[in-house]
This record gives sequence, C-alpha cells and structure tokens, in this order.
Amino acid sequence: MPKRVGMEVSIAASEAVRLANVDAIAAYPITPQTHIVEHLSEFVANGELDAEFIPVESEHSAMSVCCGTSAAGARTFTCTSSQGLALMSEIVFIASAMQLPIVMILANRSLSGPLSIWNDHTDVMLVRDCGWIQCFGENGQEIFDLTLCAFKIAEDHRVILPFIVNMDGFILSHVIEPVELLDQETVDKFLPVYKPVYRLDPDNPVTMGAFAMPDLYTETKKAQDERLKASKPVIEEIWKEFGDLTGRYYSPIETYKAEGAKTLFVTMGGFSETASTAVDMMREEGEPVGLCKIRLWRPFPFEDFWKAVKGVDTLIVIDRATSYGGPGGPVASELRSALYTWEDAPKVVDFIAGLAGRDVAPGDYKKMYQRAQQRIASGDIAGYEIYGVRE
Amino acid sequence: MTWKDLNIGCVITEPGNAAEYKSGDWRSMRPIWDKDRCIQCGVCYIFCPDAAIYKTEDNYFEADLYYCKGCGICVKECVTGAIRLVEEEE
Repeated sequence: MPKRVGMEVSIAASEAVRLANVDAIAAYPITPQTHIVEHLSEFVANGELDAEFIPVESEHSAMSVCCGTSAAGARTFTCTSSQGLALMSEIVFIASAMQLPIVMILANRSLSGPLSIWNDHTDVMLVRDCGWIQCFGENGQEIFDLTLCAFKIAEDHRVILPFIVNMDGFILSHVIEPVELLDQETVDKFLPVYKPVYRLDPDNPVTMGAFAMPDLYTETKKAQDERLKASKPVIEEIWKEFGDLTGRYYSPIETYKAEGAKTLFVTMGGFSETASTAVDMMREEGEPVGLCKIRLWRPFPFEDFWKAVKGVDTLIVIDRATSYGGPGGPVASELRSALYTWEDAPKVVDFIAGLAGRDVAPGDYKKMYQRAQQRIASGDIAGYEIYGVRE
Repeated sequence: MTWKDLNIGCVITEPGNAAEYKSGDWRSMRPIWDKDRCIQCGVCYIFCPDAAIYKTEDNYFEADLYYCKGCGICVKECVTGAIRLVEEEE
C-alpha cells in the first residue's frame, strides 16, 4: 500500500513528471509555477530523471522548444503561469493544430494589469479556445494523478493532443498536503513508452506545420474540433483505468451532495474544496444545496453536465475571470448557452469571485446563496455580479 | 479532400508534393517572348522568382505555365524589352 506523505503540491506535480519519465522539459520560471521547474531541473541535474532540461529565455521559446521535441518523438513537459502563458500563447495554438501531445501544468494566476501574482482563472480563459484538452484539479493528490493520466491520454493514438492540467496558484502550488505517490513499476505499467504516430525522422521525412490555403483551412479546423471532441471517451476510459489501479476515480463532471438539491454551486479547481465545506455547513442548516464541479473544461462534457443539473432550480456559478463588457464570466456564459434549448432549464446566477487571490470563505458561499435568492426574486439574473466588490 | 482525409496534425507524408501545386492558376497575364529581340542572355531565367522559366531546344526561353504566376518580373528585367505580358483569356 503506497504511503501518504506530506509535500508541497508543486513537488508532488514534479514527482508525477519524474515518474512519467519525460524525455524533454523546456520551461521558464514564473511565480507561482517556479517550484515545479526548479525541482525538475534538480532531478535532471542529480541524474534522477534522464531527460533533456532545456533552459530558455522566454515562454515563447519554451513552447517552441516543446513543439520541436514533441515533433521529434520525445515525451515533453512544460509548465507556466499567467504572463508566461500569454507570451507563449502564439505557439500554444500551433501545438494543438499540429497535434503535439505536450503536457503542461498551468499554475493559474491572474493576468496583468495591475500586476498581480495571485490566483484566479484569467490566464486559462485567455487560451480557452486553444484546442488543448483542459482539466482542473482541486487538491495535491488530484494534480499528481491528473498529470500522470494527462500523458497517457495525450499520447493515446485515438487522441494525440496537448493537455493542460490547471492547478490553482498558491492555494494549491505552495500548500503542503498529504499526497500518495505511486512507485515507478506501477507507473511504467500504466504509462508505457511514448510511440508517436509521426515524428521528425531523416529516414522517413514528413512535413509538419504546413501552410493551408483557403480551400483547405476549414477542413483542418473541422478535423481539429472533431478530434478534440472524440477525446472525451478516451479521457474517461483512462481515468477509469487509473481508478481501478489506485482507487481514485475521476469524472468530467463531479457532484457533491447533489441529491435532493434545489441549488447547485458550480466551481472549478481549488475552490471546489471550500465550496464542499460550505455545502456541508448549509446542508446542516437545512438549505437544499449541493455542488457541481467541472473537472473537464475542454472538451466540454455537455451530456454529463446536463445529467448533473437535471431537475435543479438554480445554478450559482463562481466565475474566476471577467469578460469585460460581455455576457458574464466565461463559465456561466457557456453554461447558459449549454442550457438554452432546455424547456425547464435551471436559472443560472453568475458571480465573479476570488479574483487575484481574494479569499472566498465558506461564509461567502452562504452570502452568494442569499444574494442569488434576492436576484431571482427581483428577476435580476441576467448578466453577472462581481461578488464582494467595494462600492 | 474532406476533413476525414487529413493526417494527424495535418502531417504531409509525401516529401516534395508542393511541386504538384499549380501556382499558374493565379495568373491573369501571360509572358510572351519576341524571338527577334531576344539575345538569349538568360536574365529572365535568372530573375524568375518561381524558377518557372526554362530554356527551349533552340536556346530561347519560355514560361512553364503550370507554375508561372504572371508576376511580370521577367518583363521588367529583360535587357532588350523582348518580353511582354498579354491578357490571359478564359
């Protein structure tokens, strides 16, 4: 039986990358992702991980190098955060179009300005439509598990797509938690050596990243969209296989105390744990509330979401990014759209909360619940409200 | 070609198949050589950005219309004014 050890979540994430036996790492340190890069460079320097660690001068170069190593057939890892993601974003879209199965941990942090190093989801929403598989973990164990699974999913020949594991900056990255690691033998059995479908090989030359004329570009986008959507059953299959191996099962949408609930909070990432505590507290007080956690953000699991919210009156969505001048936070906007054709769809009440590390404590969920009742009573549920802003 | 025919990542497995692409389709004007003025210097051949000008058996020059885009650089560079562009008809 593997032992649970207390360790910083960034260290657990690095351990997952080491156990995955990656061949190439290119990354540029940026708060709050730094400990992952530092730890991985130590592994390589100490000979504990036989990989090329390629120091680069920027994140744009980091992602460019990752595309090169992945195209050459190397299992490739990078990690970044906020401004780093913004800088590499040009290449992020190219990696998915070229179907290079790079795994990236994104230590979620707000985008400047004003300059802030703290946690929210504005960075990942910048690349929402980048075509990578994107999932969220809510604690250290999940980050470790999801990172290992990410390599297997990304490299599966039915998928071959890059993968972002979202890990909330500081509230996960810098927190020490009990994490159960796996031994190398178990991981090797679960995650065999990467076998690329195509790779850069002088004996078998291929063209990668070619130009597409207007008469072909549309077909390439259709293929990319279908490919990402088709990854969902494989993601579920591999998460199931991981669950059978470890007893820790993951699903695209997960619920907590949703049975009999009239209202569900909808959260992603680390906030889900606080929301669970809030739900426990409110349930004790007799409020019919539960929690719906979106684990898989892309491809969006519509069927699972519909199943999870069927029969519920209200969804209180906690958005952690703003769409300035838009219809609401990115999550609520999508959920409203997903529910649009439903005759008796639940009402979607959107709160933008927890921007740039501002705490959202269990009591705040209760306040949002009360505020949602007021908004519903007054018919004010279109749009969004920035929770806790000083007026 | 439908979207289902594309390889993973749009990889092209046949090296050099860009040669199949008919850039001559872009052409609206076609270069014509006047053999009376041509001194067979080959300046047009050297300047053609698409290497679409070839030498004929009698040492004059002609455009390979599969690739010639009708850009007119040969017309501009010709020392004796032996090349002119004529309207491409349907």
